[in-house]
Amino acid sequence: MAIGELSGYQMGQATRDAFGEALADLGDEFPNVVTVDGDVGNSTRTEPFAEKYPERGFNVGIAESNMVSVAGGLAGTGKIPVVASFACFLLNNAFDQIRMSVAFPEQNVKLVGSHAGISIGEDGPSQMGIEDVSLACSLPNVSVMVPADGVSAKKATRAMVGHQGPTYLRLGRPKVPALYDESVHFQIGKAITLKDGSDATIIANGIMVSIAADAAKMLEDEGVNTRVIDMHTVKPVDRAAVVAAAKETGCIIVAEEHLHHGGLGAAVAQVVSEEHPVPMGYVNVGDCYAESGDPMGLLEKYGLTAENIVSTVKAVKSR
Amino acid sequence: MALEAIKLSEEEMLAKAKDLRKNIIKMTTEAGSGHPTSSLSAVEIVTGLYFGGHLRLDPENPADPDRDRFILSKGHAVPVLYAAMAERGFFPVEETMSLRKLGSPFEGHPNLKRMPGIEASTGSLGQGLSIGVGQALGLRLDGKDSNVYVMIGDGEMGEGQVWEAIAAAAKYKLGNLVAIIDQNGYQQTGATKDVLDLTPFADKIAPFGWHTQTINGNDLGEALGALEKADAVTDQPSLIVSQTQKGFGILPVLETTGDLNYHGKPLSSELAEKALAHLG
Repeated sequence: MAIGELSGYQMGQATRDAFGEALADLGDEFPNVVTVDGDVGNSTRTEPFAEKYPERGFNVGIAESNMVSVAGGLAGTGKIPVVASFACFLLNNAFDQIRMSVAFPEQNVKLVGSHAGISIGEDGPSQMGIEDVSLACSLPNVSVMVPADGVSAKKATRAMVGHQGPTYLRLGRPKVPALYDESVHFQIGKAITLKDGSDATIIANGIMVSIAADAAKMLEDEGVNTRVIDMHTVKPVDRAAVVAAAKETGCIIVAEEHLHHGGLGAAVAQVVSEEHPVPMGYVNVGDCYAESGDPMGLLEKYGLTAENIVSTVKAVKSR
Repeated sequence: MALEAIKLSEEEMLAKAKDLRKNIIKMTTEAGSGHPTSSLSAVEIVTGLYFGGHLRLDPENPADPDRDRFILSKGHAVPVLYAAMAERGFFPVEETMSLRKLGSPFEGHPNLKRMPGIEASTGSLGQGLSIGVGQALGLRLDGKDSNVYVMIGDGEMGEGQVWEAIAAAAKYKLGNLVAIIDQNGYQQTGATKDVLDLTPFADKIAPFGWHTQTINGNDLGEALGALEKADAVTDQPSLIVSQTQKGFGILPVLETTGDLNYHGKPLSSELAEKALAHLG
């Protein structure tokens, strides 16, 4: 069964595809938007924009450090640079450039990391961005977004371009279920409650939102009324949504396609510990590098499944 | 006030260079830390940029979008930048005496968030030329005739990113970009030729597609001539290899310490007095 199918969702666009379409669509409305690429624009999907606006697309070659600082310089002349690469190459290779040329001077640069998580599949662990959210969240001034589906990725793209200040947008490679229609309200820092519930809360982002929805459906059948929150913005995290979940449902499970350390789980746990301590559990990649394989097989092997979320919810509830 | 490039006579510029040197020594000695010698080597080029008719600036409106830009990639030499900006009217010279003190915007390395007129926050070496490439691309996209000048240290050339930026600037034929390597011959632990020798810079960088010049950068006349020529190049990026001496202007005083590198430390009050007296 495909992910999201149990909870009734149809397969939709990959978030990188949605981003690419949205970016090309807003070029006229935002004449200052430019793209800066490290020769992977056909993978990150900045290519449609660069083809539509050739004078505004800069492919600086396989040189991520330069790529990010060039974006910082472009922002210094009032441009809105969208700088895109694989999440791992952008955050890991050019981290100091993101720090010094973007975050510290608060340049209006839009960092976009595609191929995040282990669901990129066959290319293997060297290409998997699984530290990126932690790295991005560690930087002052940077907002961090991880949309769950095509519609929200499009809205996140628009929100990112309209936002003044550095942002990081995390995108996935595979197609994911379509969770929302155009009416969904997307605001940076404001979580979306996908499903209400009173017995437990699953907070997820990215591909894990639809898997969390499946888990909630399975729990429903066992009489556990589970809230599912799409925490598409990791920083600033929606504190009110976290506190309400803690108070109203008594426990929180965080599911993300990222390492255990420093991601959404850490962000939520900080709020819970500061505001309203409740038992918590985590479903994530853990503390390891994954391997090559088919995307869905990888999610299963590394525990990013509805079944694992269900058992984690039960374990946390029984504490 | 409007955008203006100030052009002093060569005699006036020599006097200005001396003022910059004195202020560099005074502010770093007052701070009790900093990089006076790395700043002193760059004085003639910086004087030429600010007072030789190159940087079109408006201290009353430092963010004027049509301004020229100077990025000090070797951010540790920021005393020379503060000294020049003070003389150019961005702030009173006395304020630079708060260098490196808590609460002062005169930080140990350039921080654009705290000081209008600073074009890039630097201090992690290797990024300034890339930022300059981005600014040059942005200015050209807007049809502006503004120039971007970036000063890099010769030790900083060890950073691979600088070479990425060299290649990118050539790809986009950035005729509005001028890079200056302040080749003062020393870096933190010793002579640059012993640590990581990447000379001759001009011979290596010209084949990328750059216009290059190599000059005695502590000769004001040569510095001015090189900047003129670099400005005249409009179909490719331009490099000035500015061969200088670290601590130029007070070398006899530094010689008495037995440390010709004299890296990253201020002069004692006693040495500062001698240096100021030597400058006259």
